[in-house]
Amino acid sequence: MTATIDPSTEAKPGSPVRLAGLRRGYGQVTALDGLDLDIAPGELVSLLGPSGCGKTTALRIVAGLEHSDSGAVFVDGKDITKVPANKRDMAMVFQSYSLFPNLTAGENVAFGLRLRGVSPAERRKRAGELLELVGLTQHYDRYATQMSGGQQQRVALARALAIEPKVLLLDEPLSALDAKVRVQLRDEIRSLQQRLGITTLFVTHDQEEALSMSDRVAVMNAGRLEQCASPDEVYTRPATPFVAAFVGAMNRIGGIASGTEVEVLGQRLAVTQPPEVPAGAKVTALVRPESVLLTPAVAGLVRVARSSFRGPVTRVTVELADGTEVDSDLPSSAAVDLRPGTLADIRFAPEPVMVIQ
Amino acid sequence: MTAVVDLTAAPRAATRRRLGKGRIAAWLVLIIAALYFLIPIAASVEFSLRGVHDTHDLSTWTNLFGQPGFVDNLVTSLELAAGTVVITLVLMVPTTAWVHLRLPRLRRLIESICVLPLVIPAVVLANGVLAAFRNGPSWITGTPVILALEYVVLALPFTYRTLDAGLSSIPLTTLVEAGRNLGASWLTVLMRVVVPNLRTSILNASILSAAMVLGEFTIANLLLMNTLPVWTVQAGQQDGEVATAASMLILLVTWVLLLLMSVFGQRGARRTGRSG
Repeated sequence: MTATIDPSTEAKPGSPVRLAGLRRGYGQVTALDGLDLDIAPGELVSLLGPSGCGKTTALRIVAGLEHSDSGAVFVDGKDITKVPANKRDMAMVFQSYSLFPNLTAGENVAFGLRLRGVSPAERRKRAGELLELVGLTQHYDRYATQMSGGQQQRVALARALAIEPKVLLLDEPLSALDAKVRVQLRDEIRSLQQRLGITTLFVTHDQEEALSMSDRVAVMNAGRLEQCASPDEVYTRPATPFVAAFVGAMNRIGGIASGTEVEVLGQRLAVTQPPEVPAGAKVTALVRPESVLLTPAVAGLVRVARSSFRGPVTRVTVELADGTEVDSDLPSSAAVDLRPGTLADIRFAPEPVMVIQ
Repeated sequence: MTAVVDLTAAPRAATRRRLGKGRIAAWLVLIIAALYFLIPIAASVEFSLRGVHDTHDLSTWTNLFGQPGFVDNLVTSLELAAGTVVITLVLMVPTTAWVHLRLPRLRRLIESICVLPLVIPAVVLANGVLAAFRNGPSWITGTPVILALEYVVLALPFTYRTLDAGLSSIPLTTLVEAGRNLGASWLTVLMRVVVPNLRTSILNASILSAAMVLGEFTIANLLLMNTLPVWTVQAGQQDGEVATAASMLILLVTWVLLLLMSVFGQRGARRTGRSG
């Protein structure tokens, strides 16, 4: 997707956003339980979490489409908690296709401009530029039903950008698309967001999307923020067992605590945070599959239970003596000899691991 | 030489016979239904065309507009139809949309209330409205306005159902939220997002309401109002041919309205690729 765009659509300093102690309950269910989050100008922050963790509720409260029971939303330092949705100067791309069916793509993009009193000629010019920006110049006169899902979401993105919002809100905009289009569009969205410098809050339950698109990932669970950090940090240094388990795959292997180390299958590994248990206590070490190394060995301690080819990587699952299954992600070339039933030696990469009781 | 036996031939022939019989039965039902509706209409048209000495001419139809009171009552009926449609839509479009958006659990209850006019006798409705407006302003009680209010109630069942079906066929919540998010007030959302996407439903509800008003006799008669159906009945006591021609005219207008509904509905669906 390439386009020559009007200078007015180039990067502008984004607006800082602050969520302070947002709470929201539905009857007995607590959707948000005191959410605090600061988003820097021009930053893209993903709200990542399982269904029902409160991420969409948070986004809708920021958009003004729902109200919080307590807490506040600040944009540019101003409290906008009581400001109605239509006066917040934000734009949202929805999960479901939200183009107005009675309008063409161009008219959809120009909708917000029309509400702002922009002249018809200027509207048409701007809508054309934005459709060019999302690679749909030829679709100006097409209705939503005449476009694919990916094209509709691109138009929805152009419509959102047309009003030059202070904050762009993305509510799982890629989840209804097929895998190939999803990957393509997520790269396009990220590229545009960086180019235009719009502060963006992105809701997703897809880890890959969150990790690949975001400046920071805010992992949520049961209405609370578990960790908000760079994708790399969230993955390699999860702050809580929930983050460790939710982001990426994780093995849970029994070990013996030993101060700042843990002994796992005879190997001593450093721990990210020493557990509050005496030395010699039984603990569980959380180890990523890519940190588990296997080599075929006639007198190996573990037996390969199954393997699953995933292109460049093959996931090999081995069974320990106590019946625990451990996953290992190996380069496919290294996994050729690890067929089900094969005995193997198991080692762990010398990286700090998280330990839970 | 080996003989090839088509084991599926007999079942296929049986299926063809069954389909053939089904098709004949369908045509038979259609023909009977068509005769049931068309024979009285044809007879009425023939009756309205009778001239003197067993001849046929257009004199009854050409003289219809010259009949005392005909044009006045036709205008009254058309005004009532327009008024009823406007009041019904102004009341029902925002209400039904709001119920869909904010009170979806009440949809069944509202529908039950809206279909009540179908089971309440006209005389009860007429007396109810009269009682409700007993001390009302004279511009309502002494004029066809009160009749329009009655007709709004009578139009509720099909207006609600038509709008409800239209709203169910569009992603209303998302469209409204998208509109709000882009800066539209509630009124703007209603006029620029909801109404355009309910065009077909609104047109259907309008035409059905208008058709009902143009043919309604009982309540108008009970309220002593002069409308085209009332005039037609009164005219029929003196001249059956005139009354029949007037009835046929009402039928013709209703047909034209239904035809317009069909044409506009198809055109709208073709343009946006959906119905609603």
